[in-house]
Amino acid sequence: MKWFWYASPQTFLPLAGTIARWCALAAALLTAAGLYIGFVVAPTDAQQGEVYRIIFIHVPAAWMSMFLYLVMAFWAALGLALNTRLSAMMAAALAPTGALFTFIALWTGSLWGKPTWGTYWVWDARLTSELILLFLYLGFIALRAAIDDPRRADRAAGVLAIVGVVNVPIIYYSVQWWNTLHQGASVSFTRAPTMAATMLAGMIVMAAAFWMYSIAVSLFRLRCMIRESA
Amino acid sequence: MTRVIRCLIYRDLLVAWRRRSDVAVTLLFFVIVVSLFPLGVGPEPELLRQIAPGVIWVAALLSSLLALGRLFEADHADGTLEQLALGAAPLGVVVSAKALAHWLVSGLPLVAIAPLLALQYDLPGGLYGVLALSLLLGTPVLSMIGAIGAALTLGLRGAGVLLALLVLPLFVPVLILGAGAVEMAAAGVGGHGQLLLLGAMLVVAAALAPWASAAALRISLE
Amino acid sequence: MLEAADLACERGGRALFHGLNFSLASGELLRIGGANGSGKTSLLRILCGLLTPSAGEVRWQGQAIRSLAEEYSRSLVHIGHAAGLKDELTAAENLAIACTLAGVSRDGAGDALARFGIPGEKPVKQLSQGQRRRAALARLALSQNVPLWLLDEPFAALDAAAISLVEELIRGHAGRGGAVVFSAHQDSGLQETRLIQL
Repeated sequence: MKWFWYASPQTFLPLAGTIARWCALAAALLTAAGLYIGFVVAPTDAQQGEVYRIIFIHVPAAWMSMFLYLVMAFWAALGLALNTRLSAMMAAALAPTGALFTFIALWTGSLWGKPTWGTYWVWDARLTSELILLFLYLGFIALRAAIDDPRRADRAAGVLAIVGVVNVPIIYYSVQWWNTLHQGASVSFTRAPTMAATMLAGMIVMAAAFWMYSIAVSLFRLRCMIRESA
Repeated sequence: MTRVIRCLIYRDLLVAWRRRSDVAVTLLFFVIVVSLFPLGVGPEPELLRQIAPGVIWVAALLSSLLALGRLFEADHADGTLEQLALGAAPLGVVVSAKALAHWLVSGLPLVAIAPLLALQYDLPGGLYGVLALSLLLGTPVLSMIGAIGAALTLGLRGAGVLLALLVLPLFVPVLILGAGAVEMAAAGVGGHGQLLLLGAMLVVAAALAPWASAAALRISLE
Repeated sequence: MLEAADLACERGGRALFHGLNFSLASGELLRIGGANGSGKTSLLRILCGLLTPSAGEVRWQGQAIRSLAEEYSRSLVHIGHAAGLKDELTAAENLAIACTLAGVSRDGAGDALARFGIPGEKPVKQLSQGQRRRAALARLALSQNVPLWLLDEPFAALDAAAISLVEELIRGHAGRGGAVVFSAHQDSGLQETRLIQL
């Protein structure tokens, strides 16, 4: 079947390059469109003024961070099940991008927090979950880095990714509960400004832009990894 | 197979007994960490009463983490781990038995000592039971999840610190539920919900974690 | 009984061997020879099932060992480089526990230790290197009913008396219909039927 032919790293190399270049172009266009909607078209919020516009980066980044973890775990599981080197490499290529988006989500969340709630960090349920997700990404990257043997690194990181994916919902819900126990309904980014249609459109366009960016960057990284291992 | 399980637990307990000082040191670590916090935050009784469940739970977490270094490393170094992988029982069962013996030596003493340490924080009377029960349900979960991390980092340089990075995020739900149970009880609401959830976690971990640890061990032994 | 089909092994980016084929029937002995680093230990671990070969498969009684799991582990004894003994326990305790964990009867453990000249009641950490090696090999005396023996450098670090004792055990096992695969640098006093040079 055609899939398995592409499972060889060397055969996938040129295809990866083609896909990456198209996605990079799409990412650039979508980012321009998204930022335009977010910073020019969308109306000023009644309560938060202009500051809320950071939501157009914060929320899509958070969505991407969670989505990429799932995708990473999917490729890692595939690599374990089918014993294909390329799947494991794909998971490894995604990890730094996922960690980056998690960091961006945390950083923009912090920047949003200062003018809105007065502090740079609030132990909001979502931000706290993002922080733990960042640790999960960093753990994955650190484990791969600590193991010299590539096969053991692939498979150990694969097991870790799967264990992580199973735990992410548990972590998310327990942090949610912890938040309600300690802070009540005070600070919450879930209470975002009521969504005008343009705001939602802006976030979705930015999410698509980030998605294209992730694919492009991960594939470029994958190409470097394939060349290095040859 | 029960013969194998009993023999393995007996062996691990016997080895731990002959290396009592190692075990005692981990317990001492727990005591020291709990005693450090008042030195850091001040001796004000109301504050200490509030932070007691959290502090004791975090200290229990860190002690469990420290003790995980002893789960597989020694067996890996002297070659007995490979023999266990080639033994008569499936590796998942072997891991469960080892985790149980490990918990008996490192986790159960924490449960026993915690109420004594809670005295230092003047924890209100009715909460000692909840604290002990939350630790009783939570520490085995920590041992089992920790076993996965210990198996993944077997024999690596800097394994101890890497293990902490891998395993502490996974410990967070247990910490939240465990400390939360005591805090709910302190608020007068009763910690039953959290304790039940901890119990559920224990059951799920007991079912799934050994399987993941066995897979990780096979990968690390190659 | 044991078949290796087209085995290949790669460690740390280096290809150690490839296209390795052999078959072993009951009563046969096989010596794996080769210089240091040639892959003797890796081959033995592949035969145990601890290491996955980068190509090929190992078959026991016609079935791939991948699918046999415990059934295969129960049919073999592997004695590797590491002694496989807990330092804090005595040699007698170690041997008894090793037998139970392998699902083998522990009768005659005391005799086995005596034959190898090991004081059974001292903790292993107080034994010398040579004594530890012999204590590890004492398991063989109790593994008569285990069909396959996989021994990694069994004669290393042993004196002449111990070497001839191990040779006697191996010969006896083959005579009873078992099969033995062992790695050694030089020729031993056994008339092996096969030699694989890596």
